Amino acid sequence: MTVETLLASLHLAVPELILAVGALALLMIGVFNGDKSAPTVTGLAVALLIASGLWLLIASPEGEAFGGAYLADPFARFMKVLALIGSIVAMIMTVGNARSEHLDRFEYPVLLLLATLGILLMISANDMISLYMSLELQSLALYVIAAINRDSLRSTEAGLKYFVLGALSSGMLLYGMSLVYGFTGNTGFDEIAKVLAGETRSLGVVIGLVFVLTGLCFKISAVPFHMWTPDVYEGAPTPVTAFLAAAPKIGAMAILVRVVSDAFQPVIADWQQIIVFISLASMLLGSFAAIGQKNIKRLMAYSSIGHMGYALVGLAAGNQSGVSGVIIYMTVYMVMTLGTFACIIAMRRKEGETVEGIDDLAGLSQTNPFMAVALTALMFSLAGIPPLAGFFGKYFVFLAAIEAKLYALAIIGILSSVVGAYYYLRVVKVMWFDEPKGEFDRVSTELRLVFGLSGLFVLAYLFFGGPVGTAAEAAAKSFF
Amino acid sequence: MTDWPILSTVTFLPLVGVALLLFTREDGAFGRRNILNVALLTTVFTFLVSLFVWIGFDNSNAGFQMVEKHDWLGTGIAYHVGVDGISMLFVILTTFLMPFCVLASWNAIEKRIKEYMIAFLIMETMMIGVFVALDTVLFYVFFEATLIPMFIIIGVWGGKDRVYASYKFFLYTLLGSVLMMLAIMAMYWQAGTTDVPTLMKYSFPAGLQTWLWLAFFASFAVKMPMWPVHTWLPDAHVQAPTAGSVILAGVMLKLGGYGFLRFSLPMFPLASDLFAPFVFTLSVIAIVYTSLVALMQDDIKKLIAYSSVAHMGYVTMGIFAANSQGVQGAIFQMLSHGIVSGALFLCVGVVYDRLHTREIAAYGGLVNNMPKYAVAFMVFTMANVGLPGTSGFIGEFLTIIGVFRVNTWVALFAATGVILSASYALWLYRRVIFGALEKDSLKALLDLSGREKLILYPLLALTIFFGVYPAPVFDATAASVDLLLNNYEAALKTAQQVALSLN
Repeated sequence: MTVETLLASLHLAVPELILAVGALALLMIGVFNGDKSAPTVTGLAVALLIASGLWLLIASPEGEAFGGAYLADPFARFMKVLALIGSIVAMIMTVGNARSEHLDRFEYPVLLLLATLGILLMISANDMISLYMSLELQSLALYVIAAINRDSLRSTEAGLKYFVLGALSSGMLLYGMSLVYGFTGNTGFDEIAKVLAGETRSLGVVIGLVFVLTGLCFKISAVPFHMWTPDVYEGAPTPVTAFLAAAPKIGAMAILVRVVSDAFQPVIADWQQIIVFISLASMLLGSFAAIGQKNIKRLMAYSSIGHMGYALVGLAAGNQSGVSGVIIYMTVYMVMTLGTFACIIAMRRKEGETVEGIDDLAGLSQTNPFMAVALTALMFSLAGIPPLAGFFGKYFVFLAAIEAKLYALAIIGILSSVVGAYYYLRVVKVMWFDEPKGEFDRVSTELRLVFGLSGLFVLAYLFFGGPVGTAAEAAAKSFF
Repeated sequence: MTDWPILSTVTFLPLVGVALLLFTREDGAFGRRNILNVALLTTVFTFLVSLFVWIGFDNSNAGFQMVEKHDWLGTGIAYHVGVDGISMLFVILTTFLMPFCVLASWNAIEKRIKEYMIAFLIMETMMIGVFVALDTVLFYVFFEATLIPMFIIIGVWGGKDRVYASYKFFLYTLLGSVLMMLAIMAMYWQAGTTDVPTLMKYSFPAGLQTWLWLAFFASFAVKMPMWPVHTWLPDAHVQAPTAGSVILAGVMLKLGGYGFLRFSLPMFPLASDLFAPFVFTLSVIAIVYTSLVALMQDDIKKLIAYSSVAHMGYVTMGIFAANSQGVQGAIFQMLSHGIVSGALFLCVGVVYDRLHTREIAAYGGLVNNMPKYAVAFMVFTMANVGLPGTSGFIGEFLTIIGVFRVNTWVALFAATGVILSASYALWLYRRVIFGALEKDSLKALLDLSGREKLILYPLLALTIFFGVYPAPVFDATAASVDLLLNNYEAALKTAQQVALSLN
């Protein structure tokens, strides 16, 4: 590798470089100044994330780097910006609650930065090796973050569960990759696709494909690899859960899309049936299992399982409108999730105690109408009721499924969304129909900003959905 | 005036009222008064503006008028609105009923009046949007969005079992509608557009038509509601506040019938023809069975709700008779039922506000101290029965004639429904109004107040006016209905010729 190609490669990877170098520098600041520097470090971390995002938007680098292991294309740019927004919002949401959630350590922003770095690299991965390394960078940072409240039993339990199951899935992923390498002789996505297109596929590749998909589906918490999600969501500190539910899901979904529509494009018939099954199972479980939940964080865990199922409907279609549907769906999903978690973080009684029961929202429409309206809009949007953003997300993925003639998937999926509507309605019912039980403490400005903006997003999506759709379409063209 | 986007104005004018309400304070008698005034002015103003739609409407033009079309979301979906003879009067009906709803809630709604009025105004926008939308996705967006405010209205301001009723209402109608969404997508991939006028010209293959028809039917049959998926209606009606019932019966039930006329009949003529006997069967069962059920109710609102199901049976029957009497009659029946059943619910609201019960047994002899009320209630009851001279007669009569030309037996059974409706309606009237004034709780009741007269008398006048002189309605609908039926006949004939040439 000559100096020129190295420089060119580094130039393409500037967004990641900003985060990597910045994270190390912040670690230094933290180590020398101790936990009292946590607010400064958090502020600087947000600045780094914003800088990285701005670079992506303005310079919009495109091309392959590091000998084909790293790929910057419109799809990667879109998903990276999305993941960065998720990280920034999650970071901002911790600011006011760092003390009460025991997140006031300088390690927290640094780890978050590293996780985000892993996510960005993962989105750009164009090779099995770089995929695995970036995925592990992301995962290890997340295991620690989930257990960051080390004095809390629930938090450490969540971290441990996440770690053990995550390690298992990483093992499977790696095993799958080795099989794919063994039967195709390559690790690069483009090369694998070339080999698969040229010859009749062997059984070994299919087994490898199954294991790779297993590992990735664990990361997006799709059924049947979802078991960790409710426990981790419930156990981790709420701002951490908000992060877990947004940016890493974007990254994992992005790489799943890239792996199947790039490396395994020639064997579409093989992975399509797997994705169809996983999608169906996720939608059904997400709808039915959430009905009995009383804790709103667990409810959101099952809801996110279901939503991953809906996003996979678009992927199952395996066509361009499907991928663009996935992109739109993930955009909408991320905004809805962050807004909802902002509301959950704001569920703090006047006495200072945080509550997580759905019943604790009782009568919110009378005690805090603004938050109630925002959360109501988010809930109806999650349920996919028009004219809110969630409906358009569902519209585009199901549109692609109908185009690909996956009628059974579409019908079962859309019927399960009616079941799902039931539990979102329950949240609305508690807020509007029940009498107030107690008031929440004054909501901090940044949280109000987050759920206010996301509420506005889902309400106003029908005005600016056009540009989002166009951008998603352009991003989806990267594969077709 | 020609370039002015009149339909968008009418559709979104209520949202201006919502914006004003958001900046109005609720506390105190003065604040409450303000909110009521703003809501009333908004709805009245919307109604007045919507009259320009009727004035500017060209009766001889069978196509869509006052069309506006803009790109939306950049993916083939368009913001495309327009009215023809079929939809125009439903827009007027919606805007016409809204001021009455506001007036009916004047004292009845005691808590959170601001949110209540906001929900109603949002709902008005959505309902008008359904009738003017000329893009299937836009239609679906408006069609489904009506669920959100109605869910809140039933759930927050409803009766004792309001939570159950609101869930049932929401999930039942959502379940019906999601299949329509898939059908809309399938139509998009087949015909390459979501534009309603284009889809009307497109002829879908016969096999696909069957599936699409069934998917649309699932949605509209629930909304209509047809037997056996009508069970959400009695619950929703009974629990909803008076104004909510008026909107449910007056406008929301019409969304189903309108959907049949706008989508099922023109877009899937072969399937409509194929399934007509099936629809007739369901309609007749609805007419006879729900009339019998209505006979046995002891809750006034529930009785009227079941009678609504029966009356909607005439509508579906008339639509699928697919001749000009049937379809014209169905449209007229829907408009008339919108006024009459709305008025009946308002009548119930009048006594409910005084006594806070809807039990029939709690009333009796009201004619003695509420003569004006008795007269108004009588006219609406007669219209509900379908007495000649009231608007109810014309719709029922025409739909029965229409279906008689197609299937005599259906007409025969439907006609027995007229007798049954007379029995339950008159029996209700006798139990509530006539008899001696024996119950102590009833003796102190006052007759109609000025506000209540303002609500009931205009409706009363219209009921009789359209019963005697229905021409304005038929003039407006004739051209569009003829066009619809001509295309329908032509499509059937073509299919027949194709089938013959294959033999």
